[in-house]
Amino acid sequence: MTNQPAPAGRVPRRVPAGATTDRRRLLLARLASRREAFVLLTPGLLFYAFLVACPVGLVLAYSVATRGRFGGVEWGLDLSNYSRALEPLYLEVLRSSVGIALLATFVALLIGYPTAYAISRLPGRWRTVALVLVVVPFWTNFLIRMYAWIVLLNSQGLVNDALHGLGIIDERVGLLYTDGAVVVGLVYVYLPLMILPIYAAIERLDRELLEASANLGASRLRTFWSVQLPLTLPGVMTGCILVFVPSLGNFVVPELLGGGKTVMVGNLIRDQFLRAQDWPFGSVLAMVVVVALLGLFLVQAVVTRRIEGPARHG
Amino acid sequence: MIESPPATAQPTAATAPRTPLLEIDGVSRAFGEVVALDGVSLTIAENEFFALLGPSGCGKTTLLRSIAGFESPDSGSIRLGGDDLLGLPPNRRPVNLMFQSYALFPHMSVEKNVAYGLERERLPKAEVRQRVDEVLETVGLAALAKRRPAQLSGGQRQRVALARAIVKRPRLLLLDEPLSALDRKVRAEMQLELKRLQHEVGITFVVVTHDQEEAMSMADRIAVLDGGRVQQVAGPVELYRHPANLFVAGFIGTSNLVAGRWDGTSFRTAVGMLPVSEARRQSADDAACLVVRPEDVRIGDPGTGVLDGVVADVTFQGGGTHVAVTVPGLDAPFRVAVPGVPPLARGDAVSLAWDTAVVVSGSGR
Repeated sequence: MTNQPAPAGRVPRRVPAGATTDRRRLLLARLASRREAFVLLTPGLLFYAFLVACPVGLVLAYSVATRGRFGGVEWGLDLSNYSRALEPLYLEVLRSSVGIALLATFVALLIGYPTAYAISRLPGRWRTVALVLVVVPFWTNFLIRMYAWIVLLNSQGLVNDALHGLGIIDERVGLLYTDGAVVVGLVYVYLPLMILPIYAAIERLDRELLEASANLGASRLRTFWSVQLPLTLPGVMTGCILVFVPSLGNFVVPELLGGGKTVMVGNLIRDQFLRAQDWPFGSVLAMVVVVALLGLFLVQAVVTRRIEGPARHG
Repeated sequence: MIESPPATAQPTAATAPRTPLLEIDGVSRAFGEVVALDGVSLTIAENEFFALLGPSGCGKTTLLRSIAGFESPDSGSIRLGGDDLLGLPPNRRPVNLMFQSYALFPHMSVEKNVAYGLERERLPKAEVRQRVDEVLETVGLAALAKRRPAQLSGGQRQRVALARAIVKRPRLLLLDEPLSALDRKVRAEMQLELKRLQHEVGITFVVVTHDQEEAMSMADRIAVLDGGRVQQVAGPVELYRHPANLFVAGFIGTSNLVAGRWDGTSFRTAVGMLPVSEARRQSADDAACLVVRPEDVRIGDPGTGVLDGVVADVTFQGGGTHVAVTVPGLDAPFRVAVPGVPPLARGDAVSLAWDTAVVVSGSGR
């Protein structure tokens, strides 16, 4: 680096003076556009600084603190909370939470992809109607919708009535307060977050690529596996993350539909903060979730990049 | 003044259809109110380089997509080598299409793109490899086999698209505006290249284009389409020299159009009787148009020709010179192409004469 001549010293010798001015103007223009980008980014950056970086930093600080004898925390650098998180009891909670969240994500994907595909095939104005319908449940309060599921799933509820009436079951079954009910609740709540990014990816997909695949002799199934799915995978991954992340942290659904029997990591964290008054350990668990999710985003970024290919050079 | 009787304009022996490969018979397609194809019938021969030429919206792309199977005609039939095509889904038609946008799979390398069609035929891996290598060699892309489409230039992408289509050895290759996305210089190269390839691989090519120069320079025969109808099918020279109607005359090349009436022996206009070498119309009464190509016009001293006028503009074009002559009584200046540099200047009084001129139906614009 040091023995290379500075570019500024090299330029005038090689190109006429006019070009230097041009180059300078170009540089100034580039700086101006960079400044503009910075100005536009400011609100977002402030939001991140105060509402993401600060809280996470705080949680990180708590996670290495010690629990105070009479509540509160004593600041310090104590890693014992982290080793405690690795105890089988907590690992089991983490494992089952991940399991339930993964299952919910998978079910949401199985329902979401065909739905998004079907919507993309609708004629223009029906597409808008369908997209609005996908989002409509968000207009109702989350808790009310959960209580609605309790009414539906309990042993005297509509689902039992229907199954019984159709003669599929003889005895009424306890659908509520099971892992299954939790998965149903999570899928129900987060399905729109799966449908929308997949829909966007399918919309963006060039239809001619599908035609090209057919023209080269591929069946519809082959076209789906070899062209459509890989090219919409970034949308699929976004949808999966958008469903998986809040599912993993959710504690209301396991509480209401799981009846408190299903302990997910979200419940555990809340209990550490609100019941056990063990803020440091709650923070540790929260950090574990944050790090796991960061890893997920990294994987998504890498996959997306692989699919969309390296940037064009020259 | 009136010269030859109406000449017949049959395709010459060199351009006449050989063994028919593709037979399009009475194909019509409407999208709601819009008629895209209106009873189109065409026969394309084995090994022919055929062009569908017309302005945008003339139905040429709809026809191409119907052959490939992405549109279903409302009526009519399309047969390939005697077999009905319309009953087959797109993936089972022995026809390949090179898309205008190239439609390369962005997530696959060049060689994977090219191999895609062969893998669908369940050919042995070694054969797929060999044929992919061969075809990449043919189009000069062997060195770029591992690249992604995003890393290629426009011309290179076009070659990949072409390789992907011809590697299947289809009986018929359809090309949708194959050169429109390329810049001028690359386009001229690719024109020659396409012609060479067509010769080399012996596949029947059907090219859709709106660019008459492109069609004229590449195709053996051209079908000119307008308003969903075939206006004329002929070789390039035939189309230029003997346009079937006013649309073809105006669409192909530059021409001077003079409106008038043809009574079977002479052509009367606002500026008097004009010499005609050929009449391509049946009925005698309706309005007709005289087509005079700029290079057929001779410029002489005032009073020696059939039309007198004043030079309005002289433009040197390199190989020759374009002269615009204002003729009293005609709306548009008469365009004349002269080889070399004539001793003419703006304002000179001149006289125009010609031996070759065609009368076609239609009343001009």
